[in-house]
Amino acid sequence: MASPSGDPASRVATKAPPSSGARWPDISFRWLALLAALTTAALIVLVGWELYRGSRQAIAQFGLNFLGSSAWDPVTDKYGAWPFIYGTLVSSLIALVIAVPLGVAAALYLTEMAPLQLRQPIVTIIEMLAAVPSVIFGLWGIFVLIPWLRDHLFVWLKHTLGFLPLFQGPIYGVSMLAGGIIIAIMILPIITSVSREILRSVPDLQREAAYALGATHWEVIRIAVLSYARRGLFGAAVLGLGRALGETMAVTMVIGNRPVISASLFAPSYTLASVIANEFTEATTDMYLNALFELGLVLLVVTILVNIVAQLMLRTLSGGASGKVN
Amino acid sequence: MSETRHIQPAAAQHSWRRFKSGAMAGLLFVCALLVMAPLFLVLYFLIREGASALDWNFFTQLPKPTGEAGGGMANAIVGTLVMLAMAAVIGVPLGVMGGIYLAEYGSDRANDWIRFTADVLNGIPSIVWGMVVYVLLVVPFKTFSAYAGGVALGLMMVPLVMRTTEEVLILVPQGYREAGLALGIARWKIITVIVVKTALKGIVTGVLVAMARVAGETAPLLFTALGNNFWSHRLSEPISALPLQIFTYAISPYDDWHRQAWAGALVLMAVILILNVSVRILSRGRKFK
Repeated sequence: MASPSGDPASRVATKAPPSSGARWPDISFRWLALLAALTTAALIVLVGWELYRGSRQAIAQFGLNFLGSSAWDPVTDKYGAWPFIYGTLVSSLIALVIAVPLGVAAALYLTEMAPLQLRQPIVTIIEMLAAVPSVIFGLWGIFVLIPWLRDHLFVWLKHTLGFLPLFQGPIYGVSMLAGGIIIAIMILPIITSVSREILRSVPDLQREAAYALGATHWEVIRIAVLSYARRGLFGAAVLGLGRALGETMAVTMVIGNRPVISASLFAPSYTLASVIANEFTEATTDMYLNALFELGLVLLVVTILVNIVAQLMLRTLSGGASGKVN
Repeated sequence: MSETRHIQPAAAQHSWRRFKSGAMAGLLFVCALLVMAPLFLVLYFLIREGASALDWNFFTQLPKPTGEAGGGMANAIVGTLVMLAMAAVIGVPLGVMGGIYLAEYGSDRANDWIRFTADVLNGIPSIVWGMVVYVLLVVPFKTFSAYAGGVALGLMMVPLVMRTTEEVLILVPQGYREAGLALGIARWKIITVIVVKTALKGIVTGVLVAMARVAGETAPLLFTALGNNFWSHRLSEPISALPLQIFTYAISPYDDWHRQAWAGALVLMAVILILNVSVRILSRGRKFK
């Protein structure tokens, strides 16, 4: 039964507006600060409104069919979003399948196992990875990753797992799988660092209780840490998904940019963000531009929803964690 | 499976559990290595491919026409700096003032909402910023421009700066504010002269990290700054930027341009790493654990 806020009482006290002598510089400063703080909400509304305005014609013309249609033909002015939605979802899914286990495992190593003097250097390295620009991953993807995938990993996958439809068909290098792998690399840092925060919030009491029952190190992690942090780790994965969906440059450079839907992960694909990046400045007709705006609107709505879910999961966890133990 | 384990003698079962624990520890270690590996792979190839293509001309010359060897990215380097400066002009005041509001004013409930929107805003894909600024600044003025690119980057900085500013302001001891109040100093003066000044190092750190982050952005510049093979003489003209130039060269079919793309990427990465490392040195006082 703590106070509704987590703040120390002293902070709350000085946060109250000064009761006497609230002169105009004070009031106007406060209002300026409030305005600046509210720009965040205003910007979200502005972004949504502008994308909606930009896509009104397409929405009126195609309605809900836009989402399910596979047409993308500037000549006849027929547009549909399905291949791009499919490409975005599948590439992000591949990225999550790779990045979530790796990221959570790395976070576990960092919080539960690594020698203390190693922790800060590893955290720094992962933060540096997060600082690498998308376009540099794309460049590296084109000239280093793709040739290696094409000549080694993909060939091997085709040999060993070729009976699955996922790993059949011709190998070009640029492909859905390459896109998924590059996204995975790019969301690894955020998944790792958020997971680490979650794991660090697991009370030591949990671990000590498990040790007291005679559990081994791994059993402590599995029983006491992972089960306690499960919800938060799920939130970290959803946050990673939000980033994955919107990744643009690196994906555009390695995914092949062809709006085809194929069972094979070796086939090229196209994502919402990539098609906007590639075709926006070439859009010649109004309807073409409108269709691209509608793709942007779809991308925006999905990423905002995913981000809201992620924030809610991470928030309720950190809010409830302190009261739930004991 | 579990039944067979139950009839094993306790000692054997224990050693199996110990073995499993050790194996999992090894596996976690390998995963941590795998997470770090891409950074070293990228840096290795950046240096291997980029260093040989890097010369004085790269920093002083304009791009050569298609097919001609040589040339540099002088205009792109200047373009990136110009747009970063404009981004800071927009992002820093809004972000810092917003951070001040979160740390110093507002009810907890309202601030929770503002933080929430800032985090959601931070998750909006960068390509979307490009589209929105295109509608707001490129269409009305009928030209791609440095202004549009700077605004796109600046708006992306707002939530980043806001959150870091709030974090460092909260670290300023309450006693400082109380001392100011006891002396009868106006609140806005307490905040600007005492609180912000105390936390200035942290705020600068946050700003630099945000700038390092947007310095590498390409997607929001595609339809705003557009890129330019020549010097931009006015801010109302299309302008080049390092990430844009790297992108254009990387997807081109020319070997010489590929070399230049690697050189550009090496320079961009060096700038970003130097910004990040200097920030770490600057804020060395606040270490974790």
